[in-house]
Amino acid sequence: MNKVMSNKLFIAFYIAPALLMITILIFIPLILSGYYGLMDWDGIGAKTFIGLENYIAGVQDKLFWNSALHSFLLAIFSTLSLAVYLLVSFILASKIKGSDFLRKIYLIPMLLSSVAIAQLWVKMYNPSNGMLNAFLKLIGVENPPSWLANPDIVLYAIFIPILWQYAGFYILIYYAALKNIPESLIEAARIDGASASQIALRIKLPLIKEVVSVTIVLAIVGSLKYFDLIYVMTAGGPNGASEVMASYMYKLAFSSYNFGYGSAIGFLLLIITLIVTFIIRKVTETKERIEY
Amino acid sequence: MKRFGYFFLYLSLIAVALFQILPLIWLFFFSLKSNAEIFAGSPFSLPTQFRWENYQKVWDGGIATYFFNSVWITVVAIILTVLFASMAAFAITRMRWKLSGLVLGLFMIGLMIPIHSALIPLYSMFLSVNLIDNPLAIVLTYTAYNLPITLMILLGFYYTLPHEIEEAAIIDGCSVHRMFFRIILPMTTPIMATTIVINMIYNWNEFVFVNTFISSEKYKTLTVGIQNFIGQYMTDWGAIGATLIISVLPIIIAFIFFSNKVVEGISSSAVKG
Repeated sequence: MNKVMSNKLFIAFYIAPALLMITILIFIPLILSGYYGLMDWDGIGAKTFIGLENYIAGVQDKLFWNSALHSFLLAIFSTLSLAVYLLVSFILASKIKGSDFLRKIYLIPMLLSSVAIAQLWVKMYNPSNGMLNAFLKLIGVENPPSWLANPDIVLYAIFIPILWQYAGFYILIYYAALKNIPESLIEAARIDGASASQIALRIKLPLIKEVVSVTIVLAIVGSLKYFDLIYVMTAGGPNGASEVMASYMYKLAFSSYNFGYGSAIGFLLLIITLIVTFIIRKVTETKERIEY
Repeated sequence: MKRFGYFFLYLSLIAVALFQILPLIWLFFFSLKSNAEIFAGSPFSLPTQFRWENYQKVWDGGIATYFFNSVWITVVAIILTVLFASMAAFAITRMRWKLSGLVLGLFMIGLMIPIHSALIPLYSMFLSVNLIDNPLAIVLTYTAYNLPITLMILLGFYYTLPHEIEEAAIIDGCSVHRMFFRIILPMTTPIMATTIVINMIYNWNEFVFVNTFISSEKYKTLTVGIQNFIGQYMTDWGAIGATLIISVLPIIIAFIFFSNKVVEGISSSAVKG
C-alpha cells in the first residue's frame, strides 16, 4: 500500500500536468516580468539592459501614483461597502421567507462578463437616454451630470457598477457564514435575555470574524488588480481621471509599445499586491480558530 | 411594532434586489425596441411590440462565430482544468511524498497574483512560439490560471474520502491509474460539477487574455467580439441590447439550472482562501 502510493513515477504522472502549467504560464512569466523591467524594449526589437532605470522612473512617475491612488480609493470604497453587505446578510439570515431566492437575485451581476456590464452601465449613464438621468429628471433634478465625461465624477461613477457586480458575492459569503452558526448558541443567548441587536453584534459578528477578514483581503486585493470594467467603460479617461494601476500598465505595453517600462509597472503592481495582502493578513489574523 | 419592523426589513431587501436586477431588465427591454422608441420614448416604457428581429440581425451579422468560439474554448479549457486539477488533488491528498506541501503552497500563491503582471511576458512567450493569434494560447492560459482555484475547491472533498478505498483497491490488485480513473474520479462527481460551473463562468466571461492574444475576427470570443460589434452598431441600441443579452444568456441559463452548485463553488472558493 505505502509502496504503491509513494511510487515516484506515479506521483510525477499525476502532479506534472498541473505543476508544469502553472510553472510555465504563471511563475516563469512573473519572474520574466521583473527581468523585462530591467530592459529598454519595444516588444519587437532588441532588448537593451538599462538596470533599474525603469523601476526608478516608475517610482517617480506621477501618472503611475495617480493610478495607484485610484486603485486604493477603489479598495477603500469596496471595503466600506462590505458593512452594507454584512447588514443585508444579517437581515437575510434572520429567518426571512424567500431569502434563498433573494440571495440568488443578488448574485446575478457577478455571473456576467465585465464587458457586458460595462456596456450596460455606459448605456445606464448615457446623458440623454440612460435610465439613471431619466430617473433623476423624474424626481426633479434639472441638470443631471454627464457621468462618464466629467473628470471629477467619472471615478466614482465607475465604482458603482463594480460594487454592483460584487455585492451578491459578498452577501453570499456572509450569509453562508451566518447560517453556519449553530442555532443552540443563539437560543442560549436569547434565554439569557439578550436583545436582537446584542445577539448580532456580540455573538454573531465575533463568530464570523474570520470570514469577514477573508472578505476584506479579497476586496482590497481584488480592487488593486481591477481592470476589465474600467478599461471597457472609459479606458482610464477622460484624461487619466479613471486610470488604475492595471489599466496604466496595459496602456504602456499594448498601446505605447513600451514593454520594458510596462513590465516594470506590472512588477511593481505584483509587489504592491503581495505586500498589501501580507499586511492585511497579519492585521486581520485571528489568534484562535473558532470551533463550534 | 414588530410587524412594522419586518415590513421595513423586507422593503430594504427588495430594494437591494431591484438595484441588482433592474439594469438587466432594462437591457432586455431595450433589446426589443426600435431606435425611435429608445430615443423618443421614456427609458421606463415597455416595448410597443417585441422586435425579435434585433436578435436575428446581430446573430446573422457575425455574433454566431464569436459565440461558437466561446463555446469550444470554454469546454476544452474546462476539461483540461478539471482533469489536471483532479490529478493534482489526488497526488497531493492521497499519495505520499515529501514535497507535496511545497507544491500545494505554489498553487495557493497562484491564487493571489495579479494576472496583469504576467501579461507582457506571456505575450512575448507566445509570440516566440508562434501562438499569438492562435486559440491554443487562450485554452492554455485559461487552463493554467483556473487551476489554483479549481484545485482548492477539490481539495476539501479529496481530504474527506476514506483511505480504505485505496487499501481495498490495492489489495484487490488494482493499479493506481485504474483506481484514480475508475474509482476516485467517479466518486468526486458532485464537487467536479461545482468546479465545472465555476470554470464555465470564468472562461465564458474572460476578457483580457483574448483581447491581448487574439487579433483575427474568426478566433475572437464573445466578450471581445461584442466590443467591435457594438462599435459597428454605435447608435442602434436595439442591436446592442440584443448582442449583450445573447452574450449573457448561456450563463444565466446555467445559473438557473445549477444555482446551488454555483453558490457552493463561490462560497467554498472564497471562504477557504
